Amino acid sequence: MALALQTFSTVKEANAALTVAGTRYLGGGTLVVRAANEGDVSVSILIRSTEPSLSAITVSGDKVRIGASVTMAAIACHPDLSSLAHAARAVGGPAIRNMATVGGNLFAPAPYGDFTVALLALDTTVSTKDGEVPIETFVAKRESNHAIVTAVGFTLPVDGGFRFLKVSRVKPTGVAVLSIAAVLEQAPDGTVSSARIALGCMADRPMRATAAEKALLGRKLTSDGIEPALAVARDGTSPITDPIASAWYRNEVLPVHLGRLLLA
Amino acid sequence: MAKVPVQFTLNGAEKAEFIDSGTTLLHALRDKIGDTSPKGGCHQGTCGGCSVIIDGELRLSCLTLAETCNGAAITTASGLSEGGVLHPLQRAFLDAFATQCGFCTPGMIMAATVLLDHTPNPSRDEVVEALSGNICRCTGYEPIIQAVLTAARSNSQNAA
Repeated sequence: MALALQTFSTVKEANAALTVAGTRYLGGGTLVVRAANEGDVSVSILIRSTEPSLSAITVSGDKVRIGASVTMAAIACHPDLSSLAHAARAVGGPAIRNMATVGGNLFAPAPYGDFTVALLALDTTVSTKDGEVPIETFVAKRESNHAIVTAVGFTLPVDGGFRFLKVSRVKPTGVAVLSIAAVLEQAPDGTVSSARIALGCMADRPMRATAAEKALLGRKLTSDGIEPALAVARDGTSPITDPIASAWYRNEVLPVHLGRLLLA
Repeated sequence: MAKVPVQFTLNGAEKAEFIDSGTTLLHALRDKIGDTSPKGGCHQGTCGGCSVIIDGELRLSCLTLAETCNGAAITTASGLSEGGVLHPLQRAFLDAFATQCGFCTPGMIMAATVLLDHTPNPSRDEVVEALSGNICRCTGYEPIIQAVLTAARSNSQNAA
């Protein structure tokens, strides 16, 4: 089936166009055009909006707002987002990073969506015309979302508070075996006072490692201190099996890589 | 389906065509305009064979809709040579035996062009990173990496 593209200058007009059957929103094209190239005939009309706010990055103090059309390359080179640059660079090769958007990454199925793993650890909110929702809620119900994502917002962690690791077989850029992001806060005595840990490829979409987060509280980031967290790292996981790795393998190596991230 | 107009600059020349809405840039370049240097390999954004430069940025033409390129400046590998003289990168690829079947070569050269435009004297790691979205199934990559480093040295010697 042939595709048609409709471009609107405002998100409001684009949202209205998306109510028609057979439409899908076009971000950078790395998901929906790829799907069309692979023979997905469920979409006949692609909708996009050129509203400038979709491409804006705003940093005010430690508050960050990233428009949904901002690319991974733009995040990777933004001077105020240097702590997130390595997570943005984890997505694809240079050409993909010039195209792939923050909004699109929220919908990327495993093994993709590495940046959404980072956003999940950052306790991001996702904005649509219907308001803001926590990223966890949004990602859980993303298939039923019909409103254009306009932006994501989060608070920048303190220096060194954000950690990210992508494990892939091909260097420097390859599809993920798994990815892990963590935002950790430590008390003056070095014990963990707050932890948010997100995992990629350990389910069909990014997920929180809530058991590991709880097990880290009050513990120091030492081999002994993180042992309880590693013991429960697999709680609730349901990893994908793909040509990169089996579900069994992903579960086996998760504690190893989580340990490396926490001790880094 | 109604045709839609597209107009952009391709390798410095104005191009205007009527295409089917939803046509990829790769399809428009190869089958409408006749520039067959971008290659359709995977059509998934994985192989990099269709890489072109759009307004100075490396993009994948298989995942880019031609209509989104209205007014853009597009460069493909076929636009690099001037007056029959090969671009230093093309010469370096030939001299270093960096092509075998040649299918990946235009995409590799596009990726390397963007790299050298921004980083005239790249390290080996920077070359590897710049080519990381381009797959070659013949050479084992080393001759390609060496060709890019050779072209960079050649450029800096000519500039000195």
